[in-house]
Amino acid sequence: MNPMKQGPVKDIANWGNYPVMASEENTPVFLEDIRRYVTIPGTFIPRGNGRCYGDASLASRTICTTKFDKILSFDAGQGIFECESGLTLDRILEVVVPKGWFLPVTPGTKFITVGGAIASDVHGKNHHVDGCFSHHVREMDVLVADGRLITCGPQQETDLFEATCGGMGLTGVITRVRFQLKKIETSYIRQKQVKAANLEEVLMLFDKYKDYTYSVAWIDCLKKGRGFGRSILILGEHAAVSDLTPQQQKDPLQLPKKKQITFPFNLPSWVLNTFTVKAFNFLYYGKNFKKEINNTVSYEPFFYPLDAILHWNRGYGKKGFIQYQFVLPMESKQGLIEILQTISNKGLGSFLAVLKIFGKQESLIGFPMEGYTLALDIPVRKGLFETLDQLDEIVLRYNGRLYMSKDARMKPDVLEAGYPNLARFRSILHKYNPDQKLRSVQSDRLFLTHKS
Amino acid sequence: MNTVLILGASSDMAVAIAKKLAGEGNNIQLAARNVERLKPLQSDLSIRHSITCTLHEFDAERSDQHAAFFMGLDPAPDVTICVFGYLGNQTLAENDWKECERTIQVNYTGAVSILNAAANHYAAKKAGLIIGISSVAGERGRQSNYFYGSAKAGFTAYLAGMRNRLFHHGVHVLTVKPGFVYTRMTEALTLPKPLTATPEQVAIAIDKAMKKKKNTIYVKWFWRWIMLIIKSIPEPIFKKLKM
Ligand SMILES: Cc1cc2nc3c(=O)[nH]c(=O)nc-3n(C[C@H](O)[C@H](O)[C@H](O)COP(=O)(O)OP(=O)(O)OC[C@H]3O[C@@H](n4cnc5c(N)ncnc54)[C@H](O)[C@@H]3O)c2cc1C
Repeated sequence: MNPMKQGPVKDIANWGNYPVMASEENTPVFLEDIRRYVTIPGTFIPRGNGRCYGDASLASRTICTTKFDKILSFDAGQGIFECESGLTLDRILEVVVPKGWFLPVTPGTKFITVGGAIASDVHGKNHHVDGCFSHHVREMDVLVADGRLITCGPQQETDLFEATCGGMGLTGVITRVRFQLKKIETSYIRQKQVKAANLEEVLMLFDKYKDYTYSVAWIDCLKKGRGFGRSILILGEHAAVSDLTPQQQKDPLQLPKKKQITFPFNLPSWVLNTFTVKAFNFLYYGKNFKKEINNTVSYEPFFYPLDAILHWNRGYGKKGFIQYQFVLPMESKQGLIEILQTISNKGLGSFLAVLKIFGKQESLIGFPMEGYTLALDIPVRKGLFETLDQLDEIVLRYNGRLYMSKDARMKPDVLEAGYPNLARFRSILHKYNPDQKLRSVQSDRLFLTHKS
Repeated sequence: MNTVLILGASSDMAVAIAKKLAGEGNNIQLAARNVERLKPLQSDLSIRHSITCTLHEFDAERSDQHAAFFMGLDPAPDVTICVFGYLGNQTLAENDWKECERTIQVNYTGAVSILNAAANHYAAKKAGLIIGISSVAGERGRQSNYFYGSAKAGFTAYLAGMRNRLFHHGVHVLTVKPGFVYTRMTEALTLPKPLTATPEQVAIAIDKAMKKKKNTIYVKWFWRWIMLIIKSIPEPIFKKLKM
């Protein structure tokens, strides 16, 4: 045993299984352990549950928060929740839903930590109404490189706060977070699914239904011609007690039953794709599927349809996959069309993509800005990165940007062109992380650390 | 609703046991040397499971205070679980009496002094449950850890004797020999996967054994067979092995 080693060295990867690297993993339980791991010599990156897709939480040493996961306080009257940063959203829901509260913002998986939610400043299907996760944070503690624990928030130490929200773990380790929950009457969602024959129609529908709290569309990327961009728009509102059946009304805040199957091994990537396409076609053409379906479902299938299959990422095979997510400003609809056409022409192998509209947002380093965001999974294979570089060019031409939390391959100039506030972000990093002690494979690749 | 006292509450295994038993609806008393850092666990268990969780300063090395500590608990616990232990440094302890004494004190003397108090209380009340986390290392002395091993051997024998005594008072004693466990103590070691339990598995095994009134459990079943083999190696051969 190497006496210098503080933790085991393991091969780790994030959700896309690309890249994979050997890393020393420190897993603190107490705040004092985190301080020790932060202040010992050597560089590291904070790591949550590894649900970002690429290399943001990869480094030769990680401080992993999954055991730093305690609830510190919960005011069930006001909906104020306070916890350690490694707590995952699924565990929060278990506690708050029965008391009539919900997460203010949630991504498409509940298996992420609160620290990860802030470091990526995650968005949900309600971005156009409720903004990002950080908009609901009242206050948090960040343990910075020199071992100081700094409390920051929208009103205090605002530079640290701004640079930590979306800052991909580079300012310090988020340790404690206090945030506002959202009031709900029931644990159900009133869902509306609308079929759209093509891209034009789905964009129109987004606009028509823009008052819905939750909205997202699944797009079939393979369809060409008149059906180009055919999709299903999924809308939702938290259901009121009066929306429920008498049976459901008996326990309106009931937690969904835990049903999970685990994907046991890596499959060749066509299997999953074939499966998702079949599922889409089933929904789209299925006998029962009218132009519009309205029903009331539990929050689980509405927000987390993919969580029902643990480790579904293994369906993409050993080489892993890339999730490509960009945002384009509202006026760049043409860019969206160009990109979708390129994807369909190149047969990128991703059949389904997720489209969402972001609302207005000003942030230092966060991803969302008003416009269209599209996300799609593509298995890693030869030639893919060159193709993605071409997509990047279109994104930049239309003044868009890529999401760092999904990224494993973009070039530094793409980041540079997409994020106008990088200079200020760097200067705040310089203040709190002056020796670049916190750095990841991604931050080095994007020259956020390493070169300035 | 029972109250469960967990002695040595800072370890990964203790935390897992606390979570499991709080989830079963028990009130929890967490006892450790440094209770300040257990406040997050206290709030977590109370909020998550709507139970009462309290913190109690306790030092396994201060045997003289143990009887008073136990009598001072309000309410007196219905279940007492002794989780603390100290692996120690074998080579250091061979030359340094302080290290050696500490290994014996924490794993044997300290455990005995606190559990004596529990035993007398339960015997008088004619109800109660005592759980001791001992170790497979106590089943045969080996050169690599015989200070720890012999103290645990003593502890195992102590628990067996106490089980015999308390049986006649309607009080049960459970001995747990977890084998390898993934914890902070072992995180830098490479452990054989099939023989290594997670703290959560230990907690589940304990909860089950409590309900079934088992006497002695190993968490991963093959440990019983491994230890049987190790114990059956004749001493003339065993002493030549490097274990
Ligand atoms: C199926 C699926 C669906 C998703 N859907 C969405 C979505 O709809 N919207 C969206 O925005 N995202 C989405 N994501 C991405 C995911 O929400 C983010 O990547 C999130 O940051 C992952 O959190 P994590 O806890 O797993 O952290 P990790 O993936 O381990 O780390 C992510 C980043 O956070 C940093 N970090 C983690 N913990 C801390 C801490 N305590 N202090 C400081 N920095 C920290 C890391 O350094 C890294 O930069 C999805 C991911 C998956 C797998």
